[in-house]
Amino acid sequence: MILKELSPLFSYLSKHKKGIAVGCVWLILTNCFVLSLPWVLKYAIDGLKGGINSRALSFYASLILAVSLVAGVFRFLMRRGLIGISRKIEYDLRNDFFRHLQRLSPSYFNRTPTGDLMSRATNDLDAVRMLLGPGLLNLFNTIIISITAVSLMIYIDPWLSLYSLIPLPFLSLIINRMGKELYWRFERVQAHYSRLSAQVQENFAGIRVVKAYGQESDQIKRFRRSNLEFVSKNMSLVKIWGFFLPLMLLFSGMGMLIVLWLGGKAVIVNRITLGEFVAFNGYLIMLVWPITALGWVLNLFQRGATSMGRISQILQQKPDISNASHPIRVTSLRGEIELRNVIFAYEENSEPVLKGISLKIPPGSTLAIVGPTGSGKSTLVNLIPRLYDPTGGSLLIDGTDIRRIPLKILRRHIGYVPQEGFLFSDTIRENIALGKISFKEDEVMAAASASQILEDINHFPRKFLTQTGERGITLSGGQKQRVGLARALIANPRILILDDPFSQVDTSTEEAIWKSIREKTAGSTKILVTHRISSVRDADRIIVLSGGKIVEEGTHKELLARKGTYAELYRKQLIRQELEEL
Amino acid sequence: MHGYVSDEIAGKAYDSRLMRRLLQYLAPYKIQVVFSLLLLLLISLLQLVGPYLTKIAIDRYISHGISSGLNRIALLFFFVLLVAFILRFLQTYIMEWVGQRIMHDLRMNIFSHMQQLPLSFFDQNPVGRLMTRVTTDVQVLNELFSSGVVTIFGDIFTLAGIILVLFIMNWKLSLVTLSVVPLLFYATLLFRKKVRSSFRLIRKRIARINAFLQENISGMWVVQLFSQEAKKFRQFAHINWQYCQAYLKTIFYYALFFPAVEFISALAIAMIIWYGGSQVLGATLSLGALVAFIQYAERFFYPIRDLSEKYNILQSAMAASERIFNILDLAVDESYQQVPRQLPPLKGKVEFRNVWFAYQGEEWVLEDISFTVNKGEKVAIVGATGAGKTSIINLLTRFYQKNRGRILIDGIDIEELDAGWLRSQIGLIMQDVFLFSGSVEENLRLGNLELGQARLEELSRYVHLDQFISQFPRGYQTDVRERGSILSAGQKQLLAFARALARNPQLLILDEATSNIDPQTELLIQEALLKLMDGRTSIIIAHRLSTIQNADKIIVIHKGKIREMGTHEELLAQKQIYYMLYQIQYKDQKRLAPLPLATGNPSTNPASEKRKKKEDSK
Ligand SMILES: Nc1ncnc2c1ncn2[C@@H]1O[C@H](COP(=O)(O)OP(=O)(O)OP(=O)(O)O)[C@@H](O)[C@H]1O
Ligand SMILES: Nc1ncnc2c1ncn2[C@@H]1O[C@H](COP(=O)(O)OP(=O)(O)OP(=O)(O)O)[C@@H](O)[C@H]1O
Ligand SMILES: [Mg+2]
Ligand SMILES: [Mg+2]
Repeated sequence: MILKELSPLFSYLSKHKKGIAVGCVWLILTNCFVLSLPWVLKYAIDGLKGGINSRALSFYASLILAVSLVAGVFRFLMRRGLIGISRKIEYDLRNDFFRHLQRLSPSYFNRTPTGDLMSRATNDLDAVRMLLGPGLLNLFNTIIISITAVSLMIYIDPWLSLYSLIPLPFLSLIINRMGKELYWRFERVQAHYSRLSAQVQENFAGIRVVKAYGQESDQIKRFRRSNLEFVSKNMSLVKIWGFFLPLMLLFSGMGMLIVLWLGGKAVIVNRITLGEFVAFNGYLIMLVWPITALGWVLNLFQRGATSMGRISQILQQKPDISNASHPIRVTSLRGEIELRNVIFAYEENSEPVLKGISLKIPPGSTLAIVGPTGSGKSTLVNLIPRLYDPTGGSLLIDGTDIRRIPLKILRRHIGYVPQEGFLFSDTIRENIALGKISFKEDEVMAAASASQILEDINHFPRKFLTQTGERGITLSGGQKQRVGLARALIANPRILILDDPFSQVDTSTEEAIWKSIREKTAGSTKILVTHRISSVRDADRIIVLSGGKIVEEGTHKELLARKGTYAELYRKQLIRQELEEL
Repeated sequence: MHGYVSDEIAGKAYDSRLMRRLLQYLAPYKIQVVFSLLLLLLISLLQLVGPYLTKIAIDRYISHGISSGLNRIALLFFFVLLVAFILRFLQTYIMEWVGQRIMHDLRMNIFSHMQQLPLSFFDQNPVGRLMTRVTTDVQVLNELFSSGVVTIFGDIFTLAGIILVLFIMNWKLSLVTLSVVPLLFYATLLFRKKVRSSFRLIRKRIARINAFLQENISGMWVVQLFSQEAKKFRQFAHINWQYCQAYLKTIFYYALFFPAVEFISALAIAMIIWYGGSQVLGATLSLGALVAFIQYAERFFYPIRDLSEKYNILQSAMAASERIFNILDLAVDESYQQVPRQLPPLKGKVEFRNVWFAYQGEEWVLEDISFTVNKGEKVAIVGATGAGKTSIINLLTRFYQKNRGRILIDGIDIEELDAGWLRSQIGLIMQDVFLFSGSVEENLRLGNLELGQARLEELSRYVHLDQFISQFPRGYQTDVRERGSILSAGQKQLLAFARALARNPQLLILDEATSNIDPQTELLIQEALLKLMDGRTSIIIAHRLSTIQNADKIIVIHKGKIREMGTHEELLAQKQIYYMLYQIQYKDQKRLAPLPLATGNPSTNPASEKRKKKEDSK
């Protein structure tokens, strides 16, 4: 199970093959020198027993110093190399994680809480890093030290060595059992941590509502609940891994006990010398730390595997919107849009939101979409930049299926003003410039002026360098909307999609914007979704969407003449106006 | 006013103050900590028994060839090991428990404290960065409490014990052995100086990664729409690399420090061999004692190595706690500090008297605003975008603090009122709708448990939300996901509307509450409102003039000042800003207005009649 989860890591490790190989050489050298220390000690003590002179004594002392100095140098090189690599792999892995997220479609993010993804990119990644750094390092160390120590011990006395290793099989049995349990419990801890993060994220993001509705204490209560649960999940983990370290110490102690007991007897019957006995003991003590570390390493491995599994879950998520295997080669689009019996449902087996829409928008024309709330207007326009793909029917641009147009080309030609805008916490300038890959200052300026935000910006003390705050929190509603508009206009797109772009803007500004949009994007195809009938009148064509179907279409005049839904909508506004006139 | 909480922290040596403050969190768990320390004391004592038993075994039995004594020693050893095992587990468990509890307490503290920080604080600090304080920063402290603090004590016990035994055995040799200790101190000091700033840097940079992630995950679709993936990726890789870099720097010093400690320990052993060896030669020291001495010396350096390993934990814990305490030290919003004044339910008279307000410094957003809204009145605020309409509401709800002037509700200055109470009396629909993930019902209730299911359904009917809810397979239990992402923009507004009405407010504030709703539905809602808000006060902000026509009073704001005030007819007669806005919105219709029209008041228009019939038939 561990290996399966960890297998994606091999490709990352192999990228640092050379560094790892070199690090391992340092590791081996370090251990060679460290392991020769007890040997020196043995000679010193045996020498003392035999009554050596003080010159030899100082020789041994300086030998110890020299050996440990060299060992120290190698240890330094090894640590710097191997731990450094683990950090670099963490870096690569996090980059890949983010890059993969960038490929996933909005429907994925709709399903997945932001806080959850964040905790995988930080907390889980941290557990993986621990495995790669201290985990692997200590594993290697343990293996090397154990092998050398054990073989030296065997060299001194095979029987004694065998006795001292009696506890080992029992140990591995117990560890195996506990490891599995550890894996699951840690999984539960990490999942809950994700939930906790998501909760905090949501609370902070919605702090205004929390305050407006006096939800502070309620939110605290909820947080306390999941916080307490987190504690109990952690404690259930502790019940397992709290055993590891003491267990390891118990078993290494048992080894010492056996050596003292049986080894002592061996000295008594003169099978080994007292010096050998002491050296043997020294090796055993040396084994104490690596074996104890083994418990720790195993813990790290289980945790790392769990977390890597959680990261892989995301990395293995197939992007559902991507380039076709045989994209056509185009570099520019004319802007003709055609929908053929398009059906769309947000989730499989759920009732479709769009129920067979057929529509043809000639290049350069303006289409207006009106209709009641929830009728599918935003859903319809979301299909054009392929935020979602239709479930049925087909969508063609310039006569080719939209899926065969390279995603980048398609989106580069579309200017989209979403109904609910999104600004990054950056300067106004950067937010506008987001609409174009490379841009000049005066383009930003022109886009701002076309969307009538220039005057507001010039009013700000820092002008275009004003920070917008997260999601544009420090701008007024209409200012946010107009920055979003400027962003869509800057690239002079062939297709301009405006989803209720004036909902937060007063009518006089609206009129000015509409006028400059029409001037600036004269040849572009425009799709305007709106609830304000006054801005619809000049459209080349108007469709009325209701319940996911087109119920009426035509020009303003035609639709009025039909005396259907549109006429009624229109009439209703008139009624109120006329009422005022009374 | 609160600013951006800086991530830069003065590198002053106030570790001990931080530590003291952190240790205060141990106070509620005194008993457990003391017990665990006792356990540790026992464990350290037991640890000392091993080498001592070896010494006895060598000196008394092995060198005299008594193997029966050896058996007794082995049995004793076994017993010691077993007890140590049990005690260790107990100790780990208790300390982990304490550590988890403390983290729980810390998280609760930070979270609760954040709830009371003023909004201006949240304006300037990205959510992702703030999250870091509650999640990762606290997590860093885990090790400190669960394994750090107490094992440090344990290590110190062990050290003290070893030193004691060494001195009893041979004080001269002990002095020689311990002569390396000053060297150790020096190495530690040097190391500490080098790494402390790196640890701060690390905390700061992980926060930046978090902030970037949180923003870019929620705005991923925008990045994709504008094909900016490559650019955003570069930005991410950059901050990710900076984080990595900060670590690489610590790794260097850390890799240096650890071998240095090892070398110093080897130095001690060399001195024992050299000095102790000559004592053995001079027959003032037994060989067994020398062996034990070496073993003790090795054990002496275990905890020290351990401590140096812990040093890492300590340093990152310090860096994290610094950031946590920075948040906890921020003063909470003044509006939470009031003694709640017991009031009769709000009547609904609102008065602004010469109010001035700026979000920053002297950048006036509102200048000399004065108006009165009487109980039961319906007042509209209109004006160009960015004029300051929302800001007026922000002051009325005490989200922000006005700079000058007075704001009165029912004749009482709102600064004397408890903000929680005040907000509980107001039904506010904000310009940006925010819904929590969770069911429709939870969002409607928002903690209001008294609300009956029947009333919920009734309210949803009023705002025409019911038809959508009934389409969802799980009805009111449908999970609306993060920020209500499964709803259309208009549906979200309807939900927010119902949510506000559910509190049965005396004062209703609608800030562009129907901007994304089609006019037909809006009209129906307005009629419902007329009934619901009879005798109650409402303040309505809207750009669509149709929304506000039958207001008792219309206030026109322009660039932060009140420019016109009066009824619809009065303002039209003035032929100024309002007149102009009106002209633009209706000129088309004037031009075209050919249709013969039904006369009468809004409640007799066809749509509402249909509605009435439907209701009657139920
Ligand atoms: N949190 C904030 N921090 C700093 N400045 C702000 C903040 N909120 C708003 N502003 C600024 O204050 C001014 C008034 O904003 P306000 O939101 O009151 O306008 P508004 O009249 O509601 O506009 P709209 O109709 O577009 O919503 C704007 O220039 C805006 O940039
Ligand atoms: N991400 C989603 N997942 C599931 N259902 C969704 C999602 N987004 C929208 N819907 C549903 O699809 C329907 C159409 O939504 P859409 O946003 O297209 O409406 P709209 O016509 O734009 O409405 P509005 O005028 O309010 O903006 C709604 O009933 C809504 O609940
Ligand atoms: Mg929409
Ligand atoms: Mg506003």
